[in-house]
Parts: sequence; C-alpha cells; structure tokens
Amino acid sequence: MKSLSEIDTVSKRASRASGFDWGVAEEVGKNIRMLEMLGLAGIKNLNYYYRIREKKNFEKISLIDKENKITQLEYCPIIAGVSFLDQVRSLENLNEITFKNIAYPILFLPFISRASEVLGRKIFLKIDNRNFLLNYNNSIYSNSLNNGIITIGNNIVIKFLENIDSFEENEWKELYKLSEKTFVEESESLKQSGAGAGLTDND
Amino acid sequence: MKVKLREPDTVMKLSKLGSFHQSKLSFLRSFLKEFKDWEYKRDLFELNEFGHGIAVYSFKKDDRVYSLICFANELNEDERSDRVIATKWDAAFTLHDGVPTSKDIERLKNEVPKQEVGRLSYKELTLSRANKSVRIFNHVVESLSEGRQPDISLLSSVGYLYRTTAVYGSGKFGLADRFRIKDRKEIYGPFRLEMMLVYLVRQFTFDQVNHVAKNKNPKKAVKLDPEICRNLGIGNSTGLGMAPFIVNHPTLLNNWVLARETVLKKIREIKQVEKKDSDLFKEYLKRSIKNITSWNTESEYQQKKIKSLLRDLNNFIRFIDKEIIFSNDFAFNEIYLWLEKNSGDECIEYIVSMMMEPYDQIVNPLINKMSSEEDQYFNIPTNRTVQELKKILEDRYKKILKIDFSKNENNQNFWFISKNKEEPRLANRFEEKGSELEQPLAIARDIHKLYEVLEVSKNSSTIDKFLSKNNNLRHVVRRAFIVEKFPYSEIQDNTICKSIVPIDMLRLKLSFFGALKFDPRSDKWLRICMFQGAPLPEQLKSYDDSWVYNSLN
Repeated sequence: MKSLSEIDTVSKRASRASGFDWGVAEEVGKNIRMLEMLGLAGIKNLNYYYRIREKKNFEKISLIDKENKITQLEYCPIIAGVSFLDQVRSLENLNEITFKNIAYPILFLPFISRASEVLGRKIFLKIDNRNFLLNYNNSIYSNSLNNGIITIGNNIVIKFLENIDSFEENEWKELYKLSEKTFVEESESLKQSGAGAGLTDND
Repeated sequence: MKVKLREPDTVMKLSKLGSFHQSKLSFLRSFLKEFKDWEYKRDLFELNEFGHGIAVYSFKKDDRVYSLICFANELNEDERSDRVIATKWDAAFTLHDGVPTSKDIERLKNEVPKQEVGRLSYKELTLSRANKSVRIFNHVVESLSEGRQPDISLLSSVGYLYRTTAVYGSGKFGLADRFRIKDRKEIYGPFRLEMMLVYLVRQFTFDQVNHVAKNKNPKKAVKLDPEICRNLGIGNSTGLGMAPFIVNHPTLLNNWVLARETVLKKIREIKQVEKKDSDLFKEYLKRSIKNITSWNTESEYQQKKIKSLLRDLNNFIRFIDKEIIFSNDFAFNEIYLWLEKNSGDECIEYIVSMMMEPYDQIVNPLINKMSSEEDQYFNIPTNRTVQELKKILEDRYKKILKIDFSKNENNQNFWFISKNKEEPRLANRFEEKGSELEQPLAIARDIHKLYEVLEVSKNSSTIDKFLSKNNNLRHVVRRAFIVEKFPYSEIQDNTICKSIVPIDMLRLKLSFFGALKFDPRSDKWLRICMFQGAPLPEQLKSYDDSWVYNSLN
C-alpha cells in the first residue's frame, strides 16, 4: 500500500510535469492525499485527467462568477478549484454558484472541501446526481460511493450552507431536560460553599 | 532586563547555520532522556559465524513496543559503497511498530535489504542501512578473538564500527505516515524514531562484533569492553538528500531554531547566575574540548573552522577564568556580548550550546515544541492585500531583496531530482542540462521575482486577484505568509549562488540531530558520528545527560 506521503509527493511532481506551476502542484498533492485518505479515487482521476490533458485543451477559469459556463471547452478542475479556493471569501456572498462542464470533477472536490474549512461553513456540492456535504474539510458525506473515474460533471452546484442546527428547538429542549438529571439541587449551604467565587460581584 | 531574540536575518544565514553544534535540545539527547525508563531487550539474535542473519531489539513501556529488526548480509568488498547509488549494504534495518510476528520478519527479510526498491508497510516506522568501517571492524574482531581489547587510538580515529548511509521515515517506501503516530507522547520531539533506530543499530554493531570474534576463536575470545563500546558511536554519511528537507519544512525549521533562540534569550536574561550553574557550565565546557581535539577531518574547509574554533575557545576560556565575574548581574549576557565581539560563528554557536547545559528548566519545556504540523499553515490567506504582502517581504527578506539576480554568479546552480535515485542534486545551470526541471528550492530568487511583480501591482488588490494572474509565484506567496508568522522558517541566503556551501544546510540539520565531528568529504556530503559516549541500553536506567562530554576520545 502506498503511504499518503508518497501519494502527496508523486501527485505534486506529476502535476508539475503536466505543466502546472509549482505552487498549484503543491495544492494538488495535498488534495489527492486527502481524497485517498477519505477513500475517494484521487489517483485514478488524476492519472486519467493528466493522460487526456496531453491531447485536449481545457478552459482555465481565473475569475469565478455566480454562473460559469462555456460552450466549447470543459473547465480544468484544478484551475477552477484553485480559483474557487482563492476567491471563496468573496464568492460566499453569492450563496449559490454553478458550473457547466467541469472535467474530472472529483479533482475539483477537495478545493471546495478546503474552502469549507477556510470559511468555517459547510458547503453542499452537487455534481449531476451525486451529492456531497463538505464538513469543514474534516469529513465528506455523500450519496455516491462510486469509486471510479468521473470524466465530466455537466451540472455542478455549490451552495454555502448556513451554520444552523440540524434539529428542532423542542428536540434540543427535550434532550437538555434529560441531561439536567445529572445535576445536584443546591441547598443553601451548598450555595454558600460549593462555588469557588464569592457570592456577590466585586467582593 | 529583556533581551531580544537574535534577528532572523543574522541567525538564518547559511554560514551561521553551518556553525551550529549539538546541544541539550538535540534530538538524540532528548530521545535518550525520553526512553531511559523503557525496558530494553534483545529479543532475537540468530547470526551465523560470520555475523550474517537476523536480530531483533526492542524498547517496551506499558503496552507500547518498538522493535528494531536487523538483517546482516554478506557483502563483497567491491559491492560496499556509502554512496546513495549503492544497492547492497552490510546490514539493513527497520523499526517495527510492536512485536513483529514471524510472518512480518519473513516479509521484511525480502524487502528491508532492498531499501529504496523494497516495499514497507504501515507497521514499519523507519528504515535504514549501514556499512562496516571494515578496517575498524576487522581490527576489533582480530583483537577480541585473540583475547585482547582493540587499539583505542585506532578506534578513536574513526569513532564507530558501522556507518549508516540513510535513515528514512514518514511514509517513504510505504512506511507509516507520521499522522498515524504523531499523537504518541513519547515521540513528540522530532525524529525520535529515527534516533531510536540509530541507537539500537549501535548496540547491534557491538553484539555482532562480539559474536564474530567469539565464533572465530571460541576458547580465547573476549567481549568488547563496555567502556570502549560506550565511546563508540554510529557513523553516518549524509549527502544532499537532506538539504531540501529544511527548505520544504519551513515551520519545522522555525520551531527548531526558535527553541534554540528562546533558550539563549532566557539564559541571557538570568540576573543572578547561581554558582552551581556557572561551575557546571565551566566544567562541561572544559570537558567538551576533547570532542574538538579528537575531531578528525581531511577537509581543509573544516580544518580551518576547527582551528579557529579551538583558538577562539582558548581565548574564551581565558576570558571566563580571568575576566568574567559570574556574580555580576546578567553574566551570561555579558559572555554572549563578548563572544559577538571577539569570536567567530563556530565559537559563538558552540558556547550558545554549552550555555544550555545547566538549564534543564529552560530547555526541557521547549523540547516538545520542536515538532510542527506544516499542513496547518498551507492555505494562503487570499483576503490579504498586495501591500501587506510587500511589507512582509520588505521586513522578512531584507537582505534577499538586495541580491542582484541579473548576475550569473547569483543564478549559477539549480536543484533537481535525479532520475536514477529520486534524490535531490545540485548542478551548474550554465554547464549542465536539466535546469528546466528545476525544483522550487531557489527561494531567494523567486522571492525577488515576487517582489518585482508586487511593485507593479495595485497595493489595494487582494491576493486572490494577484494570484489569478501570477500563479507561477504561488509557492513563494505561500512561504511569505508562513515566514510572517514563523520568523526563523527561511534560510536568509541564496541557495543557488556560485558560492553556496551545501554542507552548511546539512550541518544545520545534523547539529539538531546531535551529531558530532562533522567531516566534510566534499562541499556536498559529509560524515558524522552519533551517540559517541552515550550510555549503552543496559546503562540507561542510570542515565546522565552530560554523557556527551564523558567521551574518552
């Protein structure tokens, strides 16, 4: 089995050899390492993308908009990802961003995951019928366990989610009430002696 | 009195870094301190009469076991080479996480001797190989088999029976990634497991030489005197492979140097030096001199440095014997200021290391802060502005920005990865092919380029916009934001200039390892000695941290 360190180094070097700047290649190394650690097909997708990249041109988007579509070429997932990650603080206000035709979108995914960490917000990513919930770059929840190669994402939607609870207030209250059963009712003497601080402010 | 940390643009010059010496912060000393209470065992020793076979050594505490597995092989004279291009060695080693099963040993038997072309697993932590110092090894075997101890002066001239030629860790060749083990408290300090491997290999060399001598003449042979063993270390040949490491791990480098600088600052701020501390400082300093007088090298470059170190040290000893009064306030600060005026870098840094000796209470809390999680600082803060980035460069790379890169001499070399060994190399870009495949290690030049582009960019522009047009500078933009937070993370020198001495980069790292007796064999590789004078595993329970100065050599 390859170590993550080997995966990082080889992906970085291969990215440089494929024509990316060193700083971008460094990003790819970290991303593929992350994908493989989470059990997603980073190496496979990268390998196939670099193979096809030798023969085919891809659109290098530098400024991301609310809607990003081109008619002729597919977007390079790496340049689109780097641009998204770099610009995410200003993109956050757009709430939802769409792309048409990103090649090998699994390679785009880790950039979005890292953007979630940068913003401290969960991000929902939809690649055609595959949904991914990106949790601050700590974990990824998905309905797609397909570990193969995805050559293109035709419709990609990115939504910045509000940091809200996943439960109702009454559910919280019910659980809280149960948790209160671990507390001790304070008698007068416990009130006097149990706390470390004084009984009045500024005493 | 508050003393400032020394300025990074002075400390991080290569000539300064190349003058660092071992200290209480060094990894091999902190390793021994950490593992002194662990249970040591030789679990397996199955060697034939020539010393070829398998041995296993372990350190154990509670449920944790680390096992060194040694494979000693037959090697023809013409196959023995310390160079990285070698494919066979006298012995190969791996440190296994836990107790190896017979299946593990069988698997590793086929892989470990192959080193870089073998495959290890997540159960293995470090990997190494070593060659005999044949002259010394044979002499010791001869002597012991004849019932006498070997010639100590001959042993002292080399200092070891074996030298390692590489020690790998952190995910190389399938070894365990650091993230799997980084939360173990016993390995919080850097390179702990690499140090453990080297330390146990040292013991293997003694056991092997005794075994071979005994088999040669079972009736007459004696064992190598433990005192002689203690005064032997493990050699190491180190080439350029180590140099890029310190460029590629900026926050780690910062934490090493910052620990050293923080200790120095705190010692200089001591108002009243206690007598027991000044006595200990003086005693260790005088005892340490034999580590310099027994420092052998054919390198003219190093000979000059040793000569000036000895001259400066003699002056310094006269100064502390006659002029410095330790009862004066801030005596160590006075000492440091005297050194800056009167000594070269070798001596200044030597004394800085020696000053640490009495101060466990200052040094120890910093030892576990010398590791780093580089990934935490990887993201570029793209909401910052061009103006802010420019300011960082002006503050942190002052001297670098003055280098004239239009001159060939400042652009002469390039770093590359060799195809046959996948190892870093350095070559003249005007004479050799391949500079188009240059590694991103010319930080000074690229920082310079970045500054030129920033100068013609709009100050208020944010870094995300800047990068959308200048991704070719992304790697140094990242570094600049790292150096803003970690002032000692960058070598303040041009690593591609004509006059670069790459062994300064190696020496920096090796001094933090705790190596002694740097012996440059060219400007690109050197030999060192590790653990010379260190207690043997059986002696660890009565560990004395001043062992570095107890060497007989």
